[in-house]
Amino acid sequence: MNKLLMVTVLFAALLMAPSQADARDDHLYNELGGTAGIEQIVEDLLFNSIDDRRIRHHFEGVDMVRLHEKLSEQICELAGGPCVYTGDDMVKSHTGMGVTRGDFNALVEALQLAMDDNEVSVPAQNRLLARLASMYDEIVGL
Amino acid sequence: MRKLFTHSAALLLLASSGAAAAEGRLLATGGATNVEGAAGGGLVPWAVISAYTEDDEIGGTVAVSRAQVDDYRLDVTAASFSFRNRLEVSVASQIFNLENLGTELRQQVFGLKYRVAGDLIYGQLPQISAGVQYKRNTRYDLPSAVGSQRDSDWDAYIAASRVWLAGPFDRTWLANVTVRATRANQFGLLGYGGDLNDSRKLQVEAATGMFINRALAVGVEYRQKPDNLGFAEEEDAMSAFVAWFPSKNVALVGAFLDLGSIAGARSQTGYYLSLQASF
Repeated sequence: MNKLLMVTVLFAALLMAPSQADARDDHLYNELGGTAGIEQIVEDLLFNSIDDRRIRHHFEGVDMVRLHEKLSEQICELAGGPCVYTGDDMVKSHTGMGVTRGDFNALVEALQLAMDDNEVSVPAQNRLLARLASMYDEIVGL
Repeated sequence: MRKLFTHSAALLLLASSGAAAAEGRLLATGGATNVEGAAGGGLVPWAVISAYTEDDEIGGTVAVSRAQVDDYRLDVTAASFSFRNRLEVSVASQIFNLENLGTELRQQVFGLKYRVAGDLIYGQLPQISAGVQYKRNTRYDLPSAVGSQRDSDWDAYIAASRVWLAGPFDRTWLANVTVRATRANQFGLLGYGGDLNDSRKLQVEAATGMFINRALAVGVEYRQKPDNLGFAEEEDAMSAFVAWFPSKNVALVGAFLDLGSIAGARSQTGYYLSLQASF
């Protein structure tokens, strides 16, 4: 019985562990300047992207207002903020776009510049980039 | 020295022109140019492909490097061509000045590196590359006199490189491990194979670095070397480096070097400088 109790406590501890990570996630949300900061970063990211001859073709005919809204939600959620991403999943929204490896990197650079311009610290930039990089396989080559 | 300056000036001109540069990869992912002409650190060839070629891009690098230790100086001129993020062809010309003897050694290195699998940053698998280097001494009297068995030879290596975008301290980190089959004496400058040992041995080379920001990295490298010649002990080499990538066209590396004992001259330490232009 004691063993069962120990196992239960261990499980409970494991289930609690992500909430600690969440506290840290919320920290990233704050470091990005909260919802307003993220919306500004995403706006700059989109302007940088359509200025970039390597990837601007991906944005032709796209509803930029909607894209700004969904991308802001997504980054806010990823950063641990109080948002819920309501857009399509990554595979669905990128299928048929033919995003190349170079395109993905160009988008990363557009985001890096946007974060520079909004004075996001290097550690916070890295944490957001690491989370976005994990979506690489759901975006590139579809 | 004047020649080095001329080369450097030409390099900077070439780099600043920036004509149709390959730019599909993130900053610094082409590495610097190692002393053998391969993309990597200063001492170690890494799994990365030179320049910034991604998808169907082609590109390349040219580089000049100098290692100055207590009794010797190495000058390297190197160039590479890269095809997609897949294949790297390189050439390097080395002049090794034995300042106390008033003579010099010369070596040429022709390299080929192929990305076999994985990616430096994305996905589950680290970037894994396989490479070969054909090396030859173009002045062989001294290597021959100290026991070298041949004036040209092949090295083969496998390298794995990986970047963690948010590693310790939420900084971006790189690690590389290279395993090389070689019987080169002092990088090949003193020939290949010797009186003590004449077969290739597996040697481990490693590098790790941390990016302070995405243009500036600090790190260390270690290169194990065989000890084939009876006339003098050969030791492993290490370096501690600072690498600066002001743009995708230029990389500048400065390092502290400890090359150990070379041809009887003990504890050879000094500096390393390397300037690379990418296009």
